[in-house]
Amino acid sequence: MPRYHISLTVNGDLHELNVDARQTLMQVLRQDLELHGTHEGCGSGDCGACTVLMNNEPVPSCLVLAADAHKSAIVTVEGLVQNGEPHAVQKAIVAHGGIQCGYCTPGIVISSVALLQENPHPNEQEVREAIAGNLCRCTGYQKIVDAIVAVGHE
Amino acid sequence: MSDFSVIGKRVPKLDALDKATGRAQYGHDLDLPGTLVGKILYANVPHARIVNIDTSRAEKVRGVKAVLTGKHSGAHKFGYGGDNTPLKGDKVRCRRDEIAAVAAMDDDAADEALELIRVEYEELPPLFSAEAALAPGAPLVHQDRADNLFLRYNYAHGDAERAFDEADEIIEQEFFLPYVTHAAMETSFALAAFDLQNRLTLWSTTQIPFLLQRDLSEALGIPGRDIRVIQPVIGGAFGRGLDVYPFEPICALLAKYSGKPVRIAFTREEEFFATAARQPAHVKMRSAAKRDGTLWAREAHALLDAGAYISWGAVTPLVMMETVASLYRVPHAKFVADVVYTNNIPTGAMRGYGNPQSTFFVETQMDILAEKLGMDPVEFRLRNANVPNSETPQGLKITSCGLRECITEVAERIGWERRAGPNSETRLANTTPPQETLQIQTRNPKIKRGIGIACTLNVGGGARIYRSDGCGATVKVDDFGRVTLISGSTEIGQGSETALAQIVAETLGVRVDDVTVINSDTSVKPWDVGTHASRTTFIAGNAAWIAANEVREKILDHAAQMLNVPANQLEMRDRQVRVRGDGKGVAFDKVVRAMHYREDGIVVSGTGWYDPPTKLVDKHTYKGNISAAYGFGAQAVEVEVDTETGQVRVLKIVAAHDVGRAINPMYVEGQIEGGAQMGVGYALTEELQVREGRVLNPTLLDYRMPTALDMPPIESVIVETADPAGPFGAKGVGEMGGNPTAAAIANAVYNAIGIRLNHLPMTGERVLRALQEKERSAAQA
Ligand code: FES
Ligand code: FES
Repeated sequence: MPRYHISLTVNGDLHELNVDARQTLMQVLRQDLELHGTHEGCGSGDCGACTVLMNNEPVPSCLVLAADAHKSAIVTVEGLVQNGEPHAVQKAIVAHGGIQCGYCTPGIVISSVALLQENPHPNEQEVREAIAGNLCRCTGYQKIVDAIVAVGHE
Repeated sequence: MSDFSVIGKRVPKLDALDKATGRAQYGHDLDLPGTLVGKILYANVPHARIVNIDTSRAEKVRGVKAVLTGKHSGAHKFGYGGDNTPLKGDKVRCRRDEIAAVAAMDDDAADEALELIRVEYEELPPLFSAEAALAPGAPLVHQDRADNLFLRYNYAHGDAERAFDEADEIIEQEFFLPYVTHAAMETSFALAAFDLQNRLTLWSTTQIPFLLQRDLSEALGIPGRDIRVIQPVIGGAFGRGLDVYPFEPICALLAKYSGKPVRIAFTREEEFFATAARQPAHVKMRSAAKRDGTLWAREAHALLDAGAYISWGAVTPLVMMETVASLYRVPHAKFVADVVYTNNIPTGAMRGYGNPQSTFFVETQMDILAEKLGMDPVEFRLRNANVPNSETPQGLKITSCGLRECITEVAERIGWERRAGPNSETRLANTTPPQETLQIQTRNPKIKRGIGIACTLNVGGGARIYRSDGCGATVKVDDFGRVTLISGSTEIGQGSETALAQIVAETLGVRVDDVTVINSDTSVKPWDVGTHASRTTFIAGNAAWIAANEVREKILDHAAQMLNVPANQLEMRDRQVRVRGDGKGVAFDKVVRAMHYREDGIVVSGTGWYDPPTKLVDKHTYKGNISAAYGFGAQAVEVEVDTETGQVRVLKIVAAHDVGRAINPMYVEGQIEGGAQMGVGYALTEELQVREGRVLNPTLLDYRMPTALDMPPIESVIVETADPAGPFGAKGVGEMGGNPTAAAIANAVYNAIGIRLNHLPMTGERVLRALQEKERSAAQA
């Protein structure tokens, strides 16, 4: 199995890694870097639990080969906490009760952060579209959507 | 009553911030030093005799530390039906049967080993439906049984046979309900490790840690006292974790034989075929009413395909019959359910536990009867609704009951008066302002709108389906005023631990975040039967309340001495023990210290045990008061149906539920909304397609759960009836939200296009076919 030497920045830290050709970005984040906030729900791009920002774009990290992430900048849910302060999206989803089991939450937080970068004041429909690739089995989405719309109104 | 400081407040879950920032540790995040990967080989033939298993090549793969088959797992039977073994030795009864398992140093070695295992089968004729399994001369799924009928439930009150002769209106139909599955976002997980004294610790996504301890003891043949179950943060469960699964004892066996910790994390595909889906049902049912609008009789016969092994899912007819016999006042009722072994995948319990199924057929017929009587469906329901402080013929003692309030609330909020009656040419006018943000096409004449309603009854005060429905709790306070609740109950994401913390905080006059909840380790926490039947807030809440009250009394006694006033003049609030109306007081933690720092000091702790005053139902009549309280609800939905594609779109859900009292309204709403989401999936898109015992759509792409775009806005309405037995008046809410949704949607679809679909899910294809059928028969007429 060929191996590749890659360097990538994760949450601001530069990592030099030696990865297997089949290894996904998700596996590198979870196993090599022990960033467990990026969750695996399917491993096939269908659930969005593993969503991270790659060069500022939300991507399902289970579909990205680690080798293809060479030289990219990754932000995971852990990286949104700055100087001990959670991101506004993280605070809002907590305050609105948008979290039950929380397994979908990191992916939804990342998708929402990406949305707000593009569109700082999304309406309900825009939020629903932005998180349509993130399955949540617990909440019915209502409180998640309320939380993200509220961030846009802050 | 609104004088509470924490009860009724929208407090975020204790673990919400950890979950939002990626700090929560789920099972999948766990590892111990030297942990091996465990994987399972499934039979993939539906019914066969195992002639030979050759593992010799698998054992030689580098990095493989154990290869196990039925001969390692022994003959210890386990499971609700006592009919399963971890690895199968002689016979295969379904495709998902676990034949062999390996533990290896990495995924590649484990995969390679699985591929090298050779199994020789002699195939037997398979049974792929309950009907086929009951046919005379059908082959036996389990050789030690006389036939494939596991159990027949037979319930009756009144005289249903005669009652139908006396009725004025009768409706009789057949219903077909599909396999659906929990599909929690985190897949199932186990991590097993033995110590050198041969004691097992198992980390698991279970909902029943103490029953799992017992089940594992049976499956492994080791004493329960040598088994410790730990639950990491659980990424959803919805009933999945109500049974022991073969992979759990298999994980333990791999750990035992390899001498290393072993983890098994299901792939999404395994999650679809190797957990226990809600069983499919074929139901024949009739209902009858008197001309004056009295619901008169009901009779149903359900055929349930349990699959190859019996789980707690076999008990769901007990819940189905509650809805049949007790959701409304009905003088005559009969319910028969046959639970049948087949060579399909084993089924199990899922949120609602039979209730979404029975609510669908009961509430469909309520609508039809109303129409036949020329009555408004809301009025017909109100007329026959249960009332507080009554006992149903089934023996359910209904105390608090807000069913009528729920019906009235949802009818008003959905705008029921806009609903066109039956046979009306002008069905629901497209003039209502649609949810602006959803940009709904309203001017297209091919799009029809409709409104529907359905109600639910659900146990809300525990459910005695096991000898104990109890839960224990301990509360202790430390020198600094930190309160610790050790509860037997299990958090599966629903938020119960936060509700319990609120109950304790209210009782002791402290803040919610002063309370730590410990609830995840059988070696620490007291007994609890598990998270099921919407029971945790009620049962574990009562236990926590009793324990907190013991602490409260001790503290008040001591503070009374310190302040030199009688204890009954004191209150506990804002981390203070104060003289009521006076303001003189002493800090909560100071009292605790004073109780510790003295010669006759005491532990500032209390214990609570709560087991509700209920009974197991009678073995023959199935009557008895199974729960100490009952929850009620009604949901009204508005849909539109595209008559060109058959697509049904839910535009709005209004859900009103009587929860006694909302300890935390935010998560009560969360339960309702999450339940309704499962109901939307059940109604419209979700079906685990099982053909010849094989799951055809084991991916999240093909098993279609509602996304944020599929879900309409949900308006949750909390109806509070302050139940006399509930902690601060609370009743359970975990399951109710999903019970009436599919029925309400089906009734709305009928209101929109005049078609009854008795086959879930109502996919675009099915709706379109029904529309074409209707057109054809109209053309012929
Ligand atoms: S794990 Fe990547 S999309 Fe599901
Ligand atoms: S909160 Fe459980 S999957 Fe979203």
